[in-house]
Amino acid sequence: MESYINLFIKAVFVENIALAFFLGMCTFLAISKRIDTAIGLGMAVVVVQTITVPINNLVYLYLLKQDALSWLGISGVELTFLGLVTYIGIIAAIVQILEMILDRFFPALYHALGIFMPLITVNCAILGGTLFMVERNYNFTESVVFGAGSGVGWALALIALAGIREKLKYSDVPQGLQGLGITFITAGLMSLGFMAFSGIQL
Amino acid sequence: MLNFIRRYLALSNDSPKKIVFIAFALSLVCSLLVSTAAVILKPKQEENKRLEKRKNILTVAGLMKDNADIDRLFRQVETKVLDLTSGNYLSDDQATLMQKRLAEKDPGLLIKIPADQDIAQIKRRTNYVPIYLIKRDDEIDTLILPVHGYGLWSTLYGFIALQNDGKTIKGLSFYQHAETPGLGGEVDNPKWRHQWQGKLAFDEQGQQRIEVVRGKVKANSPDAIYQIDGLSGATLTSRGVNNLVKYWLSDQGYGTYLKKIWARQTNQ
Amino acid sequence: MKPETKKILFDPFVDKNPITLQILGICSALAVTTSLSATLLMCIALTTVLAASNASISLIRHHIPNNIRIIVHMIIISSLVIVVDQMLKAYAYETSKQLSVFVGLIITNCIVLGRAEAYAMKNPVGLSFLDGLGNGLGYSLILISIATIRELFGAGKLLGYQILPLVTEGGWYYPNGLLLLPPSAFFIIGLIIWLIRSRRKEQVEQADFVIKKNIHRESM
Repeated sequence: MESYINLFIKAVFVENIALAFFLGMCTFLAISKRIDTAIGLGMAVVVVQTITVPINNLVYLYLLKQDALSWLGISGVELTFLGLVTYIGIIAAIVQILEMILDRFFPALYHALGIFMPLITVNCAILGGTLFMVERNYNFTESVVFGAGSGVGWALALIALAGIREKLKYSDVPQGLQGLGITFITAGLMSLGFMAFSGIQL
Repeated sequence: MLNFIRRYLALSNDSPKKIVFIAFALSLVCSLLVSTAAVILKPKQEENKRLEKRKNILTVAGLMKDNADIDRLFRQVETKVLDLTSGNYLSDDQATLMQKRLAEKDPGLLIKIPADQDIAQIKRRTNYVPIYLIKRDDEIDTLILPVHGYGLWSTLYGFIALQNDGKTIKGLSFYQHAETPGLGGEVDNPKWRHQWQGKLAFDEQGQQRIEVVRGKVKANSPDAIYQIDGLSGATLTSRGVNNLVKYWLSDQGYGTYLKKIWARQTNQ
Repeated sequence: MKPETKKILFDPFVDKNPITLQILGICSALAVTTSLSATLLMCIALTTVLAASNASISLIRHHIPNNIRIIVHMIIISSLVIVVDQMLKAYAYETSKQLSVFVGLIITNCIVLGRAEAYAMKNPVGLSFLDGLGNGLGYSLILISIATIRELFGAGKLLGYQILPLVTEGGWYYPNGLLLLPPSAFFIIGLIIWLIRSRRKEQVEQADFVIKKNIHRESM
């Protein structure tokens, strides 16, 4: 149990997927204008990440890895080169299904989040999470914890940035830096701050 | 055939038949493209990897020359398969069989490492490892031992070369990793690599002392002979390197074998 | 070259740059720019994939059903990336090792999907190819600028050659360590944006609130 808590805390703070690995930056910078949209997108990312990382884990362990197909009686086959395409395909499919579920059962939420769903498919943080899981050879439970943790970490960074940007609206920013420019500099300062977590061993 | 395709293309984009057709056709074309590229380029890639591995073994032993015929230089290297638990070489026949099984990544060879001992975060290892010896006049001159462990983004694979005393390091070199370019990736920097030359991995009593420190090594400290500078801005990669070296030099790795080398040295 | 073609090719350099205006392709910009050689390879890989994917998607744009649109894009893009990755591993083995994960991440590079959605779906093959090329070059322009600054002032080197002699090797240059850390890429991009928008006033974003001038009154 303790190792799972460690894994979760590491994924949220020490190895925050947005501020330590710089994945998912495009949506991170584009959607952080308002806190309510940021919260919406953050929640969507947490849900998608928690679902896709474990599913991709199962695919990797039982379909792609060396000799993974032995449960079917086929051995000696290694399909990891198909990895990238498969993971992205699964992520795209899951996002599409989620979009349809939202549209059918939670229309209000769908209208709020609708446009973000395609953005989530391309979010490098989602694919990056899966690639880390493969690299580190997590098992199924660890994948669930890692998926949830990295999603929460990304959402946390996004909401924090949105909060700062809302405050920045009342600041006297030089014209050339207005909007995108100052956001970059803010994100840079945030990531400097998060570097304080690196090297913490739990 | 052409008419068949034309008929399907004429369908409305929303008809289920069209959706299936497009999905199928696209997957077919793309898989052909990808597989053709993969198959045609595989021999060249394998050749690159093979030469790279040999080049690394030669570099770590200090034998590499620019533009040299790598395969010819490699004839000085003798490959042996080591049993890590006993510290003994396998006989030549057993070795050939074992190398075949290792190349096929036989899962029966992999043992799980208990979490508290797994400082290099590799989770599993084989008990049989090919090692490389450079001999001079029938005496072992250099030992080249494969090492690997987890850094920040990836697993680093490399070799550590020891002198015939089994304690002095000749070099440490990684042939495969995916660490951040410019930061953790500086493990490839010749200046950083050069530091390892001449450092002592073990002290007189046989205690493992080699470590990658945080920041720079103090030149006049008595422990400097056991220390390597950390990589600037790459704490986690540095720690990864430190841990993997520690793991493979311990009794979990080549420790038992090295103790035999020391015993043989003192008996001469 | 016709004026419209010129526009498509050269607009993304400054006027409609993917990184500084469209906010696309940021992730890789931050991570690979510590080394100029890795950056150059990344730019070549991205421009190739972008131009090829734009052209391919434009080729079949009239036949892509709406329900599977995104998946179709992703399949084409992933296949192209895998091919480029395989070629790098075969013909530029040394440098490709430096790039490792990031070539795979071209699949999720927003520029590729962004231009596919915004341009290739609505325009003919030739123009889409040029659009891809132009955006790839605009992206490369920014990345190369960032990498030059970071490698030169962060390590005193360019393309591996020592240009500014380091103090640790008997020279005079104290390398700016901050430039080798990822946050510096954020700062540099912010400053580049400031520079561009000072010259091209039309890119300046309007503030949500205008701060009222502080009128000092003697009595309240």
